[in-house]
Amino acid sequence: MSDAPSYERTAPRAGLAARLRVRRGNFELDLPLDVAPGEVVALVGPNGAGKTTALHALAGLLPLTDGRIELDGRVLDDPARRILVPPERRPLGVVFQDYLLFPHLSARDNVAFGLRTRGVPRTEARRRAETWLERVGVGDLAGLRPSSLSGGQAQRVALARALAPGPRLLLLDEPMAALDAATRLTVRADLAHHLQDYDGAAVLVTHDPLDAMSLADRIVVLEDGRVVQEGAPVDVARAPRTEYVARLVGLNLLRGEGRGGVVELDEGGVVHLAEPAQGPVLVAFPPSAVVLHRHRPEGSARNTWHGRVTALEQHAHTVRAQVAIDDGPSVLADVTAAAVAELGLGLGVPVWVSFKATETHAYPA
Amino acid sequence: MTRRRAVRRLVLPVVALVGLAACGSGPDAGPVGLGADLTVVAAASLTDVLQEIGDRFEAEHGVTVTFSFGSSAALAEQLRAGAVADVYAAASPEPMARVVGAGLVDGEPVVFARNRLQIAVPAGNPAGVTGLDDLARDGLLVALCAEQVPCGAAAVEVFEAAGITPRPDTYERDARATLTKVRLGEVDAALVYRTDVLAAGDAVEGIDVPEADEVVNDYVVAVLEDTADSQAARAFVEFLLSGTGRSVLAGAGFDLP
Amino acid sequence: MPASTSPDAPAARGRRRSRTGAVPAVLLVPALVGLGLLVLPLAGLLVRTPWGELGTHLTAPAVLDALRLSLVTATVATVLSLVLGVPLAWVLARADLPGTGILRALVTVPLVLPPVVGGVALLLLLGRRGLLGEHLDAWFGVTVPFTTAAVVLAQTFVAMPFLVIAVEGALRGADRRYEDAAATLGAGRWTTFRRVTLPLVAPGVSAGAVLCFARALGEFGATITFAGSFPGVTRTMPIAVYLALETDPESAIVLSLLLLVVSVGVLAALRGRWVSGVGA
Repeated sequence: MSDAPSYERTAPRAGLAARLRVRRGNFELDLPLDVAPGEVVALVGPNGAGKTTALHALAGLLPLTDGRIELDGRVLDDPARRILVPPERRPLGVVFQDYLLFPHLSARDNVAFGLRTRGVPRTEARRRAETWLERVGVGDLAGLRPSSLSGGQAQRVALARALAPGPRLLLLDEPMAALDAATRLTVRADLAHHLQDYDGAAVLVTHDPLDAMSLADRIVVLEDGRVVQEGAPVDVARAPRTEYVARLVGLNLLRGEGRGGVVELDEGGVVHLAEPAQGPVLVAFPPSAVVLHRHRPEGSARNTWHGRVTALEQHAHTVRAQVAIDDGPSVLADVTAAAVAELGLGLGVPVWVSFKATETHAYPA
Repeated sequence: MTRRRAVRRLVLPVVALVGLAACGSGPDAGPVGLGADLTVVAAASLTDVLQEIGDRFEAEHGVTVTFSFGSSAALAEQLRAGAVADVYAAASPEPMARVVGAGLVDGEPVVFARNRLQIAVPAGNPAGVTGLDDLARDGLLVALCAEQVPCGAAAVEVFEAAGITPRPDTYERDARATLTKVRLGEVDAALVYRTDVLAAGDAVEGIDVPEADEVVNDYVVAVLEDTADSQAARAFVEFLLSGTGRSVLAGAGFDLP
Repeated sequence: MPASTSPDAPAARGRRRSRTGAVPAVLLVPALVGLGLLVLPLAGLLVRTPWGELGTHLTAPAVLDALRLSLVTATVATVLSLVLGVPLAWVLARADLPGTGILRALVTVPLVLPPVVGGVALLLLLGRRGLLGEHLDAWFGVTVPFTTAAVVLAQTFVAMPFLVIAVEGALRGADRRYEDAAATLGAGRWTTFRRVTLPLVAPGVSAGAVLCFARALGEFGATITFAGSFPGVTRTMPIAVYLALETDPESAIVLSLLLLVVSVGVLAALRGRWVSGVGA
């Protein structure tokens, strides 16, 4: 309809479209990452998986070896075409793991920093900074230096500082790692709220499953530089594809060969399923579904195994027991502290383990 | 890499230590004479001539002479503060008088040489200096000794006698420093001792000044009370006043009493 | 950064006493000796001061001239050292050039050089017959020696290395992640240097500037050799003291006392405001 040249008729791709390939020594990262505006993607993985590398590449603190980063249709990094936009010219906001609030500036001036660098006059920048501090709930601390702030307060200021310039891409590096458990609860709730309001693309690096579950629209699991699983938190939680993910979401995960109603486990033993499965499968079931007995149990649970207790870990009021099944895999079971006492559970104690077939979820590997 | 780091850690302390040691400026008192060794402290302008006299004295008498040269006034202060020496030779009577006043002198000081001032110019006389009035010229760079030192006090008298107001650019701390500026060509003219001009050889030319004949510095020498070997000290002073000593002094440009 | 509390390791019963601030004897004795070495000579100066004649000595115009000259030149030399030395320190600390080690060694040479030798070197470079001075004279009619500028140059030559070393050390110790953070907030390299790096190393810069000023104020050998000594133009306080020693030792003591009081005053004033990071 218009006489604009052809490339304008297709709307520019908004959000982040990236293929992150970085080679550092022996380590190689290959991460396709597309994030729509308003979407929050959690990047999870064990230490050394490449999450921080990915974040630094997105921020421009590390150049790509190969691949491409495009944000709102604008190329930020393209080694093949020798394009590399430095961090100061990317419309970014970063919340660092240690917050890195400038110690010699007040909270207000910290938040105003990103505005002043973009030419906003001082009074206006300070006013907007104060508005942002109000919004994250620390408005009355505007004049304080970072050394006078608590962990939770500093985290909020760091978030305000990253958001104040109106970035198109928000990066969060383990934003709550430095906080204690109690603070984390309140801060996480607020962060979820702010992320919902934020209209750009957001990438959150974390190793905390609660963070990933409650903050992200999508989870990308990175192991050894490669994506091993990707999907909505709910889906990932239900059907983890690797040990790490299973541990992350708190499930037992077993691998084997499906033969109709049972699965022959790679590590030995057999699992009875509720629904038949064929071929290479993964079987997941929660530790809460596992019951421990001192003597062979009778009952409707089709899966009954014998083993020895190899670990006992207290989590709040629950004890997580790890049981090594004879000629079989390791299984996690959640029991109450009282049960531990009653059953006389301890390291090396022989136990019987049972769980119902209906508690299992089998899916193709 | 560790070795480099280790060396780097050493650099600063070592540098600091050496720097502290090197920061000193000014003359230091000579070592204490023992037995057949003599310590002579003398004005800087006597440096070359006394060393030659000292060599000859050593050859004849077998006594080792160690010299310490510096500004006459600074040496006087050091002696008053307790520095130990056998003989003191000053470039003017005033510093000697202070040492005498402190009761440090054995006997009476004796005038052994006289020095007069001369205009010194760099070799080739680039500024075309002919007399004292050139030292009052605006465009010339002129160095004089500071008034507080003997050659500076003498210079003041010479200019007064000539009725000329000089326009110096710097008052140096002693005759040698003044001469160095001439030698390096940093100044066009200076008023220093004739002996200094001669000692500087070809690098410096001297221009006689008639008014300087009126103002002559008396150089005085004395044996010090504290001397460990008064015989050797007296022998040195006598040698200075002897025919040999006087001929060396004359050769260096001193006038003789 | 959030304030973090690190619990003290449990103290052994015997060592508990030393934690309340008392100094162990092993350290106290050398500390007192060191303090004595530094302070007692000053006490000697105070004791020998001719208090009765203080007025006559101090009001001589030559004295005020020398004092003013010393303060002005030392200040200008410090400012010059800051302007040139901070970038130099940055290059030494951050630039990944192959010859950095040699550069650093060269920068510290003036510290090792006897000041008079430094003065001679300056003459050979900038004197009338010097490498550069020759051309300055021929083309612009500019002679450097015997001017107040020469005093500033001589002082800068001996004092700047202190500043460079102090600032380089501070820059090396600075956390560079703050600079990354500034970049992600849109700050270019100059803005980052100005608004983040410099403030972070400010205590180091102050300490370096104070050292530099103190060294420049006390400089004698290079100044008198390169700049000469002329009242009001190039005769700084240390030179005035040296010359006063020739004829009037009492005057020299008074001048020394004056220089001491002024130096202590300046350092005390600076320490409060600018060096807070170092002391606090």
